[in-house]
Amino acid sequence: MTERRPRIAVIVFPGSNDDRDAAWALSAVGADSQLVWHADPELPRVDAVVLPGGFSYGDYLRCGAIARFAPIMEAVARFAAAGGPVLGVCNGFQILCEAGLLPGVLRPNESLSFVCRDVPLVVERTDTPFTARCELGETLTIPVKHGEGCYHPPDDLPEEQIALRYAPGENPNGSERDIAGVLNAEGNVMGLMPHPEHAVDPLLGSGDGGLILASLVDAARERSYTRAS
Amino acid sequence: MKATVLVRPKGGILDPQGEAVERSLRQLGFEVAQARVGRVIDLEVDAPNAEEARTQLERMCENLLANPLIESYEIELEEHGA
Repeated sequence: MTERRPRIAVIVFPGSNDDRDAAWALSAVGADSQLVWHADPELPRVDAVVLPGGFSYGDYLRCGAIARFAPIMEAVARFAAAGGPVLGVCNGFQILCEAGLLPGVLRPNESLSFVCRDVPLVVERTDTPFTARCELGETLTIPVKHGEGCYHPPDDLPEEQIALRYAPGENPNGSERDIAGVLNAEGNVMGLMPHPEHAVDPLLGSGDGGLILASLVDAARERSYTRAS
Repeated sequence: MKATVLVRPKGGILDPQGEAVERSLRQLGFEVAQARVGRVIDLEVDAPNAEEARTQLERMCENLLANPLIESYEIELEEHGA
């Protein structure tokens, strides 16, 4: 069976450090990934966009606050406004929040310590481009590694926008309402602190992150057919 | 025109840095009821008058220097010239 390999952009900011892992992992689950430099004013023809983890612009001022003004971000905002799927991981999540593409903001961990470990996540939504391959209520094991992942949502964040939660008692950073992954109101942009690109091979501990990336690849493939027809 | 912007975590926002500072001060024997940690940004603004400088500074705060969801800001202008 030869399925079309959709094209997914991985944005590279100065200080990104999971860009190549993300590109590799997306390729492993069926996409043609393409690294795109932050200073480019336009996206190439792609069917989805991933903002990877790292420390863009040294995390100066607030995480993601500077990266938000990178030239490529205007193109990413247009892509999202047109319904294109956009996934932000860790620093990418922080950038999407600062850019206003996702609600809320990420703050230093409650413990003030950097956390780096596998965490269990509960799937709260399966009708999204990022979780369609998961089962509702399923527990995924995906690693986190961050110092500023304490999610502070706006007071009126609806339950429907919570896609993933840390399992009870497993919240690694003090995020309010145990939120691990949040959607925009339209459901085509998601950010999460755990790193699905570090969990695509059971040999390295867990393959559960592959479910999230493969869901994104499915959505991107769907989009590529629509665009071509 | 010289200006100073003070950025503070809003009341009710968890400030783990402030809590750690508070604990450390207590360990040193200081009686501290609360500590909150913010940020100071010193700037030189090119503006014809104080009013214009303040307008610019407010835009800087709203767009970049503070995140209005969790932080409040205060602008101090040194009005007596460059």
